[in-house]
Amino acid sequence: MLEFISNLIAAILTLFIFSFLYKDNPFYRFAEHLLVGVSMGYAIPLVYINAFIPFVYRPIFLEGNLWLIIPSCIGILYIFRFTRNLSWLSRYPIAFGMGIVGMGVPMSMHSSVLVQMRNAMRPIDSINSFLIFIGTVSILLYFYFSKPHKGLYGKFTNVGIWFMMVGFGASFGYTVMARISLLIGRIQFLLGDFLGLIK
Amino acid sequence: MKRQIPLIIVITLGFLFVAHTFIPSKASVDFYDWWVSWAKAISPFAVVLGILSLFMVHGTKIQRKAPNWQYSVVTLLALVVTAVSGFAWGTNEGTPFLWLFQNVQMPMSATMFSLLAFYIASAAYKAFRAKSPQATVLLIAAFIVMMGQVPIGAAISKWIPETAQWILNVPNLAAKRGIATGVGLGMTATSLKILLGIERTYLGSD
Repeated sequence: MLEFISNLIAAILTLFIFSFLYKDNPFYRFAEHLLVGVSMGYAIPLVYINAFIPFVYRPIFLEGNLWLIIPSCIGILYIFRFTRNLSWLSRYPIAFGMGIVGMGVPMSMHSSVLVQMRNAMRPIDSINSFLIFIGTVSILLYFYFSKPHKGLYGKFTNVGIWFMMVGFGASFGYTVMARISLLIGRIQFLLGDFLGLIK
Repeated sequence: MKRQIPLIIVITLGFLFVAHTFIPSKASVDFYDWWVSWAKAISPFAVVLGILSLFMVHGTKIQRKAPNWQYSVVTLLALVVTAVSGFAWGTNEGTPFLWLFQNVQMPMSATMFSLLAFYIASAAYKAFRAKSPQATVLLIAAFIVMMGQVPIGAAISKWIPETAQWILNVPNLAAKRGIATGVGLGMTATSLKILLGIERTYLGSD
């Protein structure tokens, strides 16, 4: 009985959202607002159990690590965001988090630039590796705007556009397939779990 | 006090993190552990900010009886019921909290994302209608990659999955590598601007 009610509610809410394909309507808006509320409500106990208890409550009150009262007080400063005169206090927790940007400089240079460069500088031993090399260089030159894209240089940078278009096409194809698999999942739920038309 | 001290915190911590990365030592490991423990203690309070923000936005709509205020009641009621069920009965298997997740939140969010299949398809039709050779290449690449992922592609020709894989391994790799390098350089430049105090927009306006 509980399974039937659960499937019925899930099916009704699924149909409410699909109703948007016709046009914006009160059923869709109800489901949309319900989703926002439930999602936020879902996060609260999880943050409390998985973040507040182990990193704030337990160390301070059970283990006696009183130093953590300071970051807790800094965290409370977030709430001052809503006050007119003291909203600047909320910059302190933000500033503490932003400090990690110092690690971002070498890390982004390493992971996104040096590793990519190292993999790009492999021996050209096949047509495919030659194409990868030409594609990478032409795309990088396409984004170099200090030199006008004219003449032979312009034609070479134009090759970069073609490579990017194929790359965007591949990403687009993947995204569409991911969404369609979700759609198939929902239709399978409606026709299988709910209506029992497919096994 | 309002801008200078947060800026000094960012710059000081930023340079300490640079030192932590380049000078491995016990002191740098201790510094990193200290920062992580403090950041973990600060982070749960950001959720309070989100909850208050949601309550203020929807509470104001309800209070002023703004158009469609009834939906704001649904949002706040759903938030309170879900959160209270989590605190009252726990979050384990078989609790009302997990039931709400499995039968309300999960089906709705999956359906919401599946809706995008229709809108991506219609937007793609409008945007990429093979108006130029480049747009045609994009469409063909997308079509081959999509067909390469489903059984019908292999049923039509064994070349389709192979071509799809070649597109992913060669031109797509070159494109991703070029873009990733540009993004990496951009991230490094932006991080440096924040570190040196040139970029300050994250502090907001006065």
